[in-house]
Amino acid sequence: MPVFWILAIVLVLGAAGYVLGRARALSSAGDDYRSLHSLPSYYGWNAFILTVVPALLVLAAWMLIAPIVIDGMVSGLVDEGMQEGSNLSLLMSDVRRLAAGLDSAVSSGALSASEASGLVADNALAGRLMGLGISLGSSVTETTLAAAQRYRGLAAASQVWMAVVVIALAAGGLLLGLRRINPSFRARNAVETGLLALLILASSIAILTTLGIVLSMLFETINFFRQYPASEFFFSTTWSPDFRGNSELGILPLLWGTLYISLIALLVAVPVGLFAAIYLSEYAGPKMRAVAKPLIEVLAGIPTIVYGLFALITVGPALRDYFAQPLGLGNSSSSVMTAGLVMGIMLIPFVSSLSDDIINAVPQSMRDGSLGLGATPSETIRSVIIPAALPGIVGAVLLAASRAIGETMIVVLGAGAAAARLNEGLTEAINPFEAMTTVTVKIVSQLTGDTDFASPETLVAFALGLTLFVITLALNVLALYIVRKYREQYE
Amino acid sequence: MTDATASGAAPERRHTSLMTADKGTRRRNAAEARFRAYGLAAIAVGLAALVILLVSILSQGLSSFRQAYVTLDVPLTAETLDPGGNRDPADIASVSTFGYSSIIRDAVLNTFRNAGIEIEGLSEDEARGIISPEASAQIRDRVLADPELIGQTVEIEVLANSWIDGYFKGRVTDRTAELNSNVSPAQIQLAQAMQDAGILNVHFNWAFITAPDASDNRPEAAGLGVAIIGSLYMMLIVLCLALPIGVAASIYLEEFAPQNWFTDVIEVNISNLAAVPSIVYGILGLAIFINFAGLPQSAPIVGGLVLTLMTLPTIIIATRASLKAVPPSIRDAALGIGASKMQSVFHHVLPLAMPGILTGTIIGLAQALGETAPLLLIGMVAFVRDYPAAPPDGFFDPASALPVQVYNWTQRADPAFVERASGAIIVLLVFLLIMNTLAIVLRRRFERRW
Repeated sequence: MPVFWILAIVLVLGAAGYVLGRARALSSAGDDYRSLHSLPSYYGWNAFILTVVPALLVLAAWMLIAPIVIDGMVSGLVDEGMQEGSNLSLLMSDVRRLAAGLDSAVSSGALSASEASGLVADNALAGRLMGLGISLGSSVTETTLAAAQRYRGLAAASQVWMAVVVIALAAGGLLLGLRRINPSFRARNAVETGLLALLILASSIAILTTLGIVLSMLFETINFFRQYPASEFFFSTTWSPDFRGNSELGILPLLWGTLYISLIALLVAVPVGLFAAIYLSEYAGPKMRAVAKPLIEVLAGIPTIVYGLFALITVGPALRDYFAQPLGLGNSSSSVMTAGLVMGIMLIPFVSSLSDDIINAVPQSMRDGSLGLGATPSETIRSVIIPAALPGIVGAVLLAASRAIGETMIVVLGAGAAAARLNEGLTEAINPFEAMTTVTVKIVSQLTGDTDFASPETLVAFALGLTLFVITLALNVLALYIVRKYREQYE
Repeated sequence: MTDATASGAAPERRHTSLMTADKGTRRRNAAEARFRAYGLAAIAVGLAALVILLVSILSQGLSSFRQAYVTLDVPLTAETLDPGGNRDPADIASVSTFGYSSIIRDAVLNTFRNAGIEIEGLSEDEARGIISPEASAQIRDRVLADPELIGQTVEIEVLANSWIDGYFKGRVTDRTAELNSNVSPAQIQLAQAMQDAGILNVHFNWAFITAPDASDNRPEAAGLGVAIIGSLYMMLIVLCLALPIGVAASIYLEEFAPQNWFTDVIEVNISNLAAVPSIVYGILGLAIFINFAGLPQSAPIVGGLVLTLMTLPTIIIATRASLKAVPPSIRDAALGIGASKMQSVFHHVLPLAMPGILTGTIIGLAQALGETAPLLLIGMVAFVRDYPAAPPDGFFDPASALPVQVYNWTQRADPAFVERASGAIIVLLVFLLIMNTLAIVLRRRFERRW
């Protein structure tokens, strides 16, 4: 029975629970429902929760655990008949693909159920399977076929048992919910406790997400360091992955590219954003503010892919034709400068709106004091407001830096795919019109397309991701700490 | 107090008027003016960047909404299209698009002869070449839809080749055609003559919005249909998951959570998740949803789940702000007449906070719609030509997404795809504009100030 139908049945039972529970509560109270502890609908909801929640929890747990258990049982079978030099996980994926293929062949009517279970592993079989649209990595052996048949059997049994258990649980919950109904039963309290549990569950998803991020990257990173020495990864100055082996996977060139591009982006975004914020909060009249502030913030709402395309088709060629080629600095349209400039534009609204908030939080009395002593507005800003707001502005710049380091699409389209050449002299390494790649670009390129999760060339992406996560996390925590510390000063 | 003045000589009196500025004042005023100018310049730089960005995208992309079409008199000869002669739909369908190429050649020559167009030095192959390779599929679809047409000569509008299309959009000129192996000057003359004769028209191109992606050598047929459906499915999933979970989490944190370490951990997590680079969410999706949970690659369900996790912090932050904005008197009044804490929240506070929550949700959705990097990692870059099925099955079918389609097109060699990518950006920006306008309208219309 498909999961969809199990869900539907459970929900119908739940709805029945609500209607019956409510009716039963009313009838148990006689004519005067004021003698009930809670409003009648709470009795209905209580029955609904008892019917639906345990059943759905079991359903979810079953769907998560069953494939792992079945895999374990079948892999024993594969393990016994395995030939020398074959890989268990590859064989298992063949088994799964074969089982799924046979299932779909049966459901589409290309094979009858008895035909599918009576297949023999001979030379004709592979061709026949190919005809059914099942392609396998290796040839079908007796073991694989037997394992696949066993897999199908177990999966089918698990499906049936899952349906039986879940529906029985729902029905049991329904009966229990109905039996508990009497006028003194505190249905509202029960429902509200359930609801509160649901709310807590929802808020703990944030923790689960963080855990998921850290664990998923940590495990694969450990796998990576088993195959590739960590010291090489962190200190080697060459990045040249090669899927045939003998890769050099040093993170330093990527880090240099990332930091260089971020530096240029900040050199654009910080002065422009800061001056814009100062002008808007200290000089601009309400009309100008009402027009210019939202317009600059439009820049923050534009997706990064748009900036990426802008870098690719407009900024890159323009920089190459008017700066790089006349100055003899290179002739690539994707360069550190291209990506940095465009990323700087992206960060302008980020810096300006954060600094705007911070400048506005400086107490008016400080401005009044300075102006009263005869300082001009610009002197007030330079020697009173900026020093007072400095920690907050530093926090904003750090947040912008963390954005820049984690940005992907602009650098994928604007910065190029070649890693920085740190070994070929200083000018090569710091030429801003040279194409340089970043950590994020390499995560994308190592994980898209055909990937083999056993090779260090793929797994390195997880190590890069973890490094990126740690760097941005550290910047964010530092920035939030500084901003919070500063806020306390004036509150 | 008086020591300072008494010890030194009396300061020299300056014979200046308050009306004329002295040197120091002039210097300070100039510095003031400069400082103001820096501020104005910064704003001008920001606005100029916005304008240049939009103008560059619009000027590159608007032309993708128009396309050159050729109206051909197609002789649908029965011998080639229906060899059996029994008008059996299965037989007609067995003729592949390859079988239609001779028909197109006939149709092209036929059409020129009828229009009286003669170009010197134009080979038959070149004449055939101005029609898109997609044309055979277009004609075949037309025949399959209506087998009665076989045996007649029918007027059918087919796509012109992307290079010919590029000529009418200024991408290809006579000069560049000479240097280009894909298109010859004779073909361009032919195209011009055809436009003069009214056989070739450039008009609005619905297929760009509805058609699926096309292969590398036929950019003129590529469309956004699958990408728009994929993005729509993902937004549906994000809406259905992120809104309830986000609201529930915010209600707990804002109204019920006690001051303890667990609450602190959740708060710290949410503020950090809001700043995690989006690509990291892609790694999460790849490792957890695809490799561990076994969900299919390039399916909207995986994209939707990843984007849900990314959008949750935005929605939670917005929801908490609008819950906080509901004054405590509302809660107190509800509690005072005997409502439970839960009832006061769900019956009174939540409805009053709803406009703010919806505004935050729409802004979160708009962010999710433009997000590209995590989708690259979960396989949305794949070339997908089949429309996904209707939900809920369609959530598991391979699909593309609008921003990923843009990325995909930028990676192809043919320059016509750059035009398509810019056009796709315009579609994406229009969607974002609609969503943000909706959010602003909601806020203006329903927001209450207490």
